[in-house]
Amino acid sequence: MLITRKAEFSASHVCRSADLSDDENEAIYGIAANPHGHGHNYVVEVTIEGDPDPVTGMIRDLKEVKELIRREVIEPFDHRFLNKEVRPFDRVVPTAENIAVEIWNRLEPHLREGGRLFSVRLEETAELSVEYRG
Amino acid sequence: MILVNRRYRFSASHRLHVDALDEAANDEIFGKCNNPFGHGHNYELEVTVHGEIDPVTGRAVQLDRLDELVGRSVIDRYDHRYLNEELPEFAQTVPTTENLGKEIVRRLRAAWPSGFPHLERISIFETPRNIFLIGPTE
Repeated sequence: MLITRKAEFSASHVCRSADLSDDENEAIYGIAANPHGHGHNYVVEVTIEGDPDPVTGMIRDLKEVKELIRREVIEPFDHRFLNKEVRPFDRVVPTAENIAVEIWNRLEPHLREGGRLFSVRLEETAELSVEYRG
Repeated sequence: MILVNRRYRFSASHRLHVDALDEAANDEIFGKCNNPFGHGHNYELEVTVHGEIDPVTGRAVQLDRLDELVGRSVIDRYDHRYLNEELPEFAQTVPTTENLGKEIVRRLRAAWPSGFPHLERISIFETPRNIFLIGPTE
């Protein structure tokens, strides 16, 4: 069975790679390469896979999952400029893809027993979302 | 491997009617969707691709290329059209969202460049409550 917990954070980023020229950056990322950055209201969906405990009827206590997401993701990411304030985005381009992978890496060590991390879905805008399954 | 979902919108009208069935059967099966003058929806099309994240760009798919591909092969074709009357693929085939989805997958596959990340599925939101997922080989 899968269970999903949703959370939101607002942050700014700039999609620009130090390994590429200005022209290449603009060709690949378009307006997202604006050097001053821009922001989004991100939505994260953390999905856990497991079987309900025969006594509690729950895969995992969602209060714990909520607190875990707050501590590992929302606290460090919310109202930050990701490139300047959140590692590893000082050297990794904070595309939606890479942010989803980083959220996975931060949560996965805590979600191995009593419900295993199944996927991280990150919605950057109503038009663009990504889903990472490790 | 990562999945990337990109969402597009188009507005179109359709009428659910099968000529081979009589009036009573059409009414029984399609209800108000069988209204003789057709009706419209704001369709949302989500195209899901799967690929690997490029280590330099951090992207799994070039979004401008995907937008161009979907725009040219799907959105430009269906936006602000009456599917039954204006699109030859629905002259004989009832434009249910199932059939529309199969046609969209066929068009995307025909236009898909080699070496582009793989098409995983499409999702069509006919309304916020009617959602159709169609695999890449349907």
